[in-house]
Amino acid sequence: MSYSGFRVIKEALTGHRGWGPAWRTPEPKAQYDYVIIGGGGHGLATAHYLAKEFGQSRIAVIEKGWIGGGNVGRNTTIIRSNYLLDGNEPFYEFSLKLWEGLEQDLNYNAMVSQRGILNLIHSDAQRDAFIRRGNAMILNGADADLMTTAQIQARYPLLNVNNARFPIKGGLAQHRGGTVRHDAVAWGYARAADRRGVDIIQNCEVTGFRIENGKCLGVETSRGFIGARKVAACVAGSSGRLMEKAGMRLPIESHVLQAFVSEGLKPVLPGVVTFGAGHFYCSQSDKGGLVFGGDIDGYNSYAQRGNLPVVEDVCEGGMAIFPMLGRVRLLRMWGGIMDMSMDGSPIIDHTHIDGLYFNGGWCYGGFKATPASGFAYAHLLATDRPHETATAYRFDRFETGRMIDEKGMGNQPNLH
Amino acid sequence: MIIDHPLLGPRDAAEFTYLGDAAMIHRPDWQAEHALAHFTAYGYMRDNPAGAHRELWFHEQGDRSWLVVTRDTTTHEITDVQLARDVARAEGRSK
Repeated sequence: MSYSGFRVIKEALTGHRGWGPAWRTPEPKAQYDYVIIGGGGHGLATAHYLAKEFGQSRIAVIEKGWIGGGNVGRNTTIIRSNYLLDGNEPFYEFSLKLWEGLEQDLNYNAMVSQRGILNLIHSDAQRDAFIRRGNAMILNGADADLMTTAQIQARYPLLNVNNARFPIKGGLAQHRGGTVRHDAVAWGYARAADRRGVDIIQNCEVTGFRIENGKCLGVETSRGFIGARKVAACVAGSSGRLMEKAGMRLPIESHVLQAFVSEGLKPVLPGVVTFGAGHFYCSQSDKGGLVFGGDIDGYNSYAQRGNLPVVEDVCEGGMAIFPMLGRVRLLRMWGGIMDMSMDGSPIIDHTHIDGLYFNGGWCYGGFKATPASGFAYAHLLATDRPHETATAYRFDRFETGRMIDEKGMGNQPNLH
Repeated sequence: MIIDHPLLGPRDAAEFTYLGDAAMIHRPDWQAEHALAHFTAYGYMRDNPAGAHRELWFHEQGDRSWLVVTRDTTTHEITDVQLARDVARAEGRSK
């Protein structure tokens, strides 16, 4: 049953008795064509596009906990496509275009809000680098706008543009960037996939892979064996733990990234502002809380909680550009586990095991990639060829020297 | 996190920088037959375990020694700290 304004009015007049669960709770079948491991944003998006765009059926998404309980519910909800490199920018711009049509596609209100994202500039060298990146974005069909300090002050009057160490000399804006209600993305994809017959099986943990003669036949789970023609791992954050069960080592370390939200305020911050030099970025949620974060803690972790030195560092960064933050109380802070890859870019590829596919290594940028990741992964699963925007996200790029290292940091995951 | 330095006693982890898996102590032989594959694995592939993890920390804001810290990646509990020099020698590195 579709959601619409008419439906809301009808239900309001009839006591809201017509609403049902947004997706079914099916029992796992013995055999599927596609088993997607991981009911997060990327896994559910993959199932949706497999069914809708590639006409596939007999699809299951299996999830250890409940859907949307991992990183899709733990991120800071930002969407953007302001990348430099050819391996990345077309993919993220494809993602942003999918975000723009997402709610109509899913018939679900995901609160996609293109309120704009601004990267601050503090020096001439940084301006040159940002102009270069802005031109790369425009060449790939994205939008980019170099803003002056006066324009920034007019839009963000609470910014301190005269910080002694990091005076604001301008900014690179992408006005089509913004925020999305992150849980609604998982729910919207789940509902849309379910309506096309995808089985979403929650509380079902993968305990192993059944691999015979180099071919993956299915997965062993806490609810028994589930056979599949193609098994698709999609558990960024826990990729190391999962793929170890298939005997694979990955070019990935798991790291913890912390995020924060303040008490609710009246509207003060109309868009997303990133202060890269001070390791701080911030937006304001529709409830009024300032949602902000900074760097990863920098050591291997699966703990979903971080340490205090990074909290202090993030808050200091915030105080440098938003001095009013000092009067705001912190409401919540939490951690999520990132697949930090060796070049800061993701992997969407076959594995060396026939019938086993891998999607992961999203670092701390997985949320914005959700639609394109699902689309490209569905393309790979259905056709066995990479999607045209995701051809660079290969396993063997480290061996062949084709790394996609946006910041030129080298093989040190905690620096990406 | 507090790292109990073998020479200096307990120090805040914020004084250290983190490199990664202590397996990196063992650099492959560049003249070996499959040196390229070995160096690819050395440079890019990681075990990334959930649980006990031996890892290299550098005391940058202190005595600039390298340590091998054994830490649980699911709880952050540190169970063992040794000088990387001692570990490397015990495991057969010549220098």
